[in-house]
Amino acid sequence: MKPVFTYTKGMLPVSTSYCPGCTHGIAHRLIMEVLEENGKLGDTVGVAPIGCSVLAHQFMNVDMCEAAHGRAPAVATGIRRAQPHKVVFTYQGDGDLASIGMSEIIAAAARGERFSTFFINNGIYGMTGGQIAPTTLIGQRGTTAVEGRTKAQFGMPIKMCELIAQLECAVYVERVALNTPANVRKAKKAVQKAFEVQEKGLGFSFVEFLSTCPTNWGLTPSDALQWVSDKMIPYYPLGVYRAPQPEGGQA
Amino acid sequence: MAEKVLMKGNEAFAEAAMRGGCRFYFGYPITPQSEIPEYMSRELPKRGGVFVQAESELGAINMTYGAGAAGGSVFISSSSPGIALMQEGMSFLCSAEVPAVILNVSRCGPGIGGIQPGQADYFQATRGGGNGDYHMPVFAPCNMQEAVDIIYEAPALADKWRTPVMILADGMMGQMMEPVALPDPKPFVEPEEIPANKPWAITGYAKKPGGARAVVKSLRMQPEALEEHVERLFARYDAAKAELTRYECIGLEDAELVFVAYGTIARLTLEVIEMLAEQGIKAGLIRPISLWPFPYEAFDQIGKRTKVVVSAELSMGQLIEDVYRGVNGRLPVELIHRTGGIIPTSIEVAQKAKAILEGLK
Amino acid sequence: MIEKMFFAGSGGQGIILMGQMITYAAMYDNKAVTFLPSYGPEMRGGTANCTVVISDKPVSCPLVYEADVVVAMNLPSLTKFESLVKPGGKLFVNTSLIDQRPTRTDIQVIDVPANDLAAEMGNGRAANMIMLGAVAHSIGIVADAAFDKIMQKTFSGKKAALLDLNRAAFHAVKVN
Repeated sequence: MKPVFTYTKGMLPVSTSYCPGCTHGIAHRLIMEVLEENGKLGDTVGVAPIGCSVLAHQFMNVDMCEAAHGRAPAVATGIRRAQPHKVVFTYQGDGDLASIGMSEIIAAAARGERFSTFFINNGIYGMTGGQIAPTTLIGQRGTTAVEGRTKAQFGMPIKMCELIAQLECAVYVERVALNTPANVRKAKKAVQKAFEVQEKGLGFSFVEFLSTCPTNWGLTPSDALQWVSDKMIPYYPLGVYRAPQPEGGQA
Repeated sequence: MAEKVLMKGNEAFAEAAMRGGCRFYFGYPITPQSEIPEYMSRELPKRGGVFVQAESELGAINMTYGAGAAGGSVFISSSSPGIALMQEGMSFLCSAEVPAVILNVSRCGPGIGGIQPGQADYFQATRGGGNGDYHMPVFAPCNMQEAVDIIYEAPALADKWRTPVMILADGMMGQMMEPVALPDPKPFVEPEEIPANKPWAITGYAKKPGGARAVVKSLRMQPEALEEHVERLFARYDAAKAELTRYECIGLEDAELVFVAYGTIARLTLEVIEMLAEQGIKAGLIRPISLWPFPYEAFDQIGKRTKVVVSAELSMGQLIEDVYRGVNGRLPVELIHRTGGIIPTSIEVAQKAKAILEGLK
Repeated sequence: MIEKMFFAGSGGQGIILMGQMITYAAMYDNKAVTFLPSYGPEMRGGTANCTVVISDKPVSCPLVYEADVVVAMNLPSLTKFESLVKPGGKLFVNTSLIDQRPTRTDIQVIDVPANDLAAEMGNGRAANMIMLGAVAHSIGIVADAAFDKIMQKTFSGKKAALLDLNRAAFHAVKVN
């Protein structure tokens, strides 16, 4: 009989704490698969954020460190400086990265720190119970905006890839989505690219994953995936926002 | 001993940290310690070290956490409001048992306060400021040589006890120049040596002896696990106390009045003691060098002639709380203080001390 | 022996350098020393002052409330710091830039036309070295050889051409 699912070596053989239908598990697995394929699991240090993925160190089979809310890019900066030959990444949600940690992520990108950031954008604070996030869409409901987000009250959702791509030392910036098998395959390619850029020492790399939160969105897992296609992707267009220029190419 | 050189305090502090093996410095400018990041930016890269000007003190302390967790030896510095910003991170460092050396060249507060020297960060340094049950060793040197010697020793203490170590200086010490003999530099530890030296560090497990995966964290969702962790930290604090508790006692045997003072004001108190002696009044000094652990046992050396113990401080009465604990009801305790960046004159302190003695009669 | 000194003037007059040089010289002469500059938010202009303590035993307090020596390089310094001189102490007045007289009668006032003498020597910027020499020779607790060592260190490299001028300036005034 041919197995249809096995644990990848990069994922520890435990159950995750994520809700059914949440795409954190897909993102975890993609990152760990790429590290395994690159033979780097034992030469990698990851930084987990505060949020639903605070326990990522219990699931990802690499050396890991927990950061205070928002500070993962500063922590990764320190790690990368102390262990300059290791692969270093941060794994951060939208409250962590785009709200409380905005200063750290922008500064690390501006300095061109040689680590990769994987940004899980599901437009909501998951662990604390569904409050409005900086990336919550207009009209989307949260426990701090039960009638839905309005521009007048909260301003507009922040497009992180577009912001980061302004910074010259952020050399690879791409937004992907985890809502369809085709998009998951593209997401894995983005992870590969981010690590490739890091290992070449070219600068900072950033991949944003449009993700789901069926529990706090109040949708079934399949409806949540559909919601990413219908609502999120139109506001957060997928694609490469910045990539290293090919050798001899124009700047 | 090495030939003495005349150095500005801030530069001597930075030099001592590098010589003590600190290879990493993450800083953010703030008066009166900005000479330290400037000096580090020039000197560290030359010696194979790393200088990063952080985006904020929050950035600096978290870079420290990352580099320390990855096994690097880190020295950072700031001044009072900057230290306040770092305290979230210090709580993490303490819980995650990440070593580092943190220097506060203190000024006065509250708020932005002023840039002149003060000691109003005593509670901030000794009572935490970050959340949770934790302590960290705090040393308050009173002259340049002592500061250099303690900063030089601090990285080894931090590694040994798996804790951040704080040095509490002040703006006057940072800005003044005084001759110092600099200790010999220790070699920097190479990244490749870390997996064997610090198996707990997050270096990637491929080259680690035994190959065990490392996780540096402070989160413990189970109350029982967290309680056990905190109790383990406190058991270590108890074990470290004998090595970390430091103080100096001067003239306690026959003193009528005993001052308790640390840092800059302790130095000034030495002059006050001379002045009082000229007037026939015998005064002594307990000078805590470690503020945590506080040298309560020093108070047992107070002689039978002593009538009063005086906390002399550049704050509104912070040190005095530990003086009360040290005296433990045996003698009256009084306060002589200035704040806001004012250092009292030795004449003023001597007059106040005399008035206190008069008041007892 | 303990000598508490206070140097004051405006930014750019080389006040800090004077204080540092006498501190270095005293250290080379095996004295205990401290040097403490005033510091403030302004980077340019304003007043500059520093405190130097020289002693033959460890310096307890680097601050000075009653100075054995006060050096006033400009008028605001004289006005502000005349009171700092302890009775019987010495007040050095740069009469090139100060046309008022000190009011105290319980101190020794020493007039040094530092800028005029420096101009006569061909470089007005050496006024601080003229004053430093006057102070050093007046207090007489630090050997000339120690001063010469710090002179050579200060005026070396790109500044080597200034050594002879500053040496001459240092020895221009001898007061008791």
